[in-house]
Amino acid sequence: MAITNSIAIFGRYCMFMHRVFSLPDKWRLFFKRTVAEISKLGVDSIPLVVIVSIFIGAVITIQMEINTSSPLIPAYSVGLATRDIVLLEFSNSILCLILAGKVGSNIASEIGTMRVTEQIDALEIMGVNSACFLVLPKVVAFVLFIPVLVIFCMGTAMLGGMAVAYFTDIISISKFTYGLQALFSEWYVWYGIIKSFFFAYIIASVAAFFGYHVKGGALEVGKASTNAVVTSSILILLFDVLLTKMLLQ
Amino acid sequence: MIEVKNINKTFDDKQILFDVSATFETGKTNLIIGQSGSGKTVLMKSIVGLLRPDSGEILYDGRDVMRMDSKEIHNLRKEIGMLFQGSALFDSETVLGNVMFPLSMFTKMSVGEMRDRALFCLERVNLKGADAKYPSEISGGMQKRVAIARAIALNPKYLFCDEPNSGLDPRTSILIDELLHDITHEYNMTTIINTHDMNSVLGIGENIIFLNKGHREWVGDKDKIFETTNEALNDFVFATKLFKEVKQYIISEKHGK
Repeated sequence: MAITNSIAIFGRYCMFMHRVFSLPDKWRLFFKRTVAEISKLGVDSIPLVVIVSIFIGAVITIQMEINTSSPLIPAYSVGLATRDIVLLEFSNSILCLILAGKVGSNIASEIGTMRVTEQIDALEIMGVNSACFLVLPKVVAFVLFIPVLVIFCMGTAMLGGMAVAYFTDIISISKFTYGLQALFSEWYVWYGIIKSFFFAYIIASVAAFFGYHVKGGALEVGKASTNAVVTSSILILLFDVLLTKMLLQ
Repeated sequence: MIEVKNINKTFDDKQILFDVSATFETGKTNLIIGQSGSGKTVLMKSIVGLLRPDSGEILYDGRDVMRMDSKEIHNLRKEIGMLFQGSALFDSETVLGNVMFPLSMFTKMSVGEMRDRALFCLERVNLKGADAKYPSEISGGMQKRVAIARAIALNPKYLFCDEPNSGLDPRTSILIDELLHDITHEYNMTTIINTHDMNSVLGIGENIIFLNKGHREWVGDKDKIFETTNEALNDFVFATKLFKEVKQYIISEKHGK
């Protein structure tokens, strides 16, 4: 039964995405809405990304220092490990799990509210492809802007680590910065960005799907929002495994 | 003119509409009346294409919607304006933005031309000066009028109104009714209004279709409704003591007593 339901939901998702990826009725309006969504979903997320990244970067540095304090391990490995954790996992997978909560719930509740207040019906009556009009700008905007958030995350997380080195005496700043640069592989940055494209698409499209198909009232909008966050988080973790296997091995 | 023929609609195992047929005339305010749950909204949503009937025909000036492909339906919808029960205004747009929206989607007007047309429509619904406000900043009655302005922005041939008076005080309801009536005659539109407001029925009911438990039970106008012998319709329209007295008074006046 659960498998049948899942297949049915996946089928509805595919049909929904087919409607979303149609040619916009008016390109000028599409670009206008995309820019507005970049501002709302992307730029407005920067403060959250910066705050979370600084603290997590600092915490990773402290934990690495505690767990690698051995005469056999060079001190700069704290910086190196912090960098690799941030580049490989935190700046993309963990960041996108956090953004699934913020951006995903925002999209699902916005579109869900439009559904229950008949705004989507109004668009349909006017002859507008509501799925394309409402969802495509969100998906495009978030996928386009996610590398910016990932790079912000990488930079500020390492700054958080450097702040720990600067303000405390657990590791010297010179050893930490040396560790940040040691054995650096540029591919790790690309790997993080490539993964984030997939995750951004999952967050925006899954949240839009749940919001668009709300039936009922405010209670159902809340449920759709929760379902969107839970489902996109699980899919992010699943794709994290698949993409890591494909891109790193 | 819109004709519906033998419309049936079922949800799961429950049949909502039973062989409903009706004609909605051009240049008249056509009212669909009936108790809550009688199938009014389902009928209207079927006519505008938000629901697909199980069987039957829906003809817009002879064009059968059930046989149209998606492109034809898309084009037909540009001829339709709809006023929703909750107004369905776009929260993120101002009043002016809401009225300009269909113009920006379906015309090649310049921004100035769209603005002029939107302001003209707002003026037509007596909403001058509210164009910069957001829907959340105006009253329910004003929201309805903005929704009417948006619905007529593209000069539609067909106007649908789902419970236009719900949640409004009697005075505002009458204003909305008069506005819908005037606009219908002014633009020669086919207007269909879903309502269970008796003031609307007796005020602007030029062609009335009465639905009872999914069946079309009666067709007539606001004058004929006083003489009906249909029990369900009498119970529905003249449910209150006041309306019963009004009916008695009008009948006795007609018979010269």
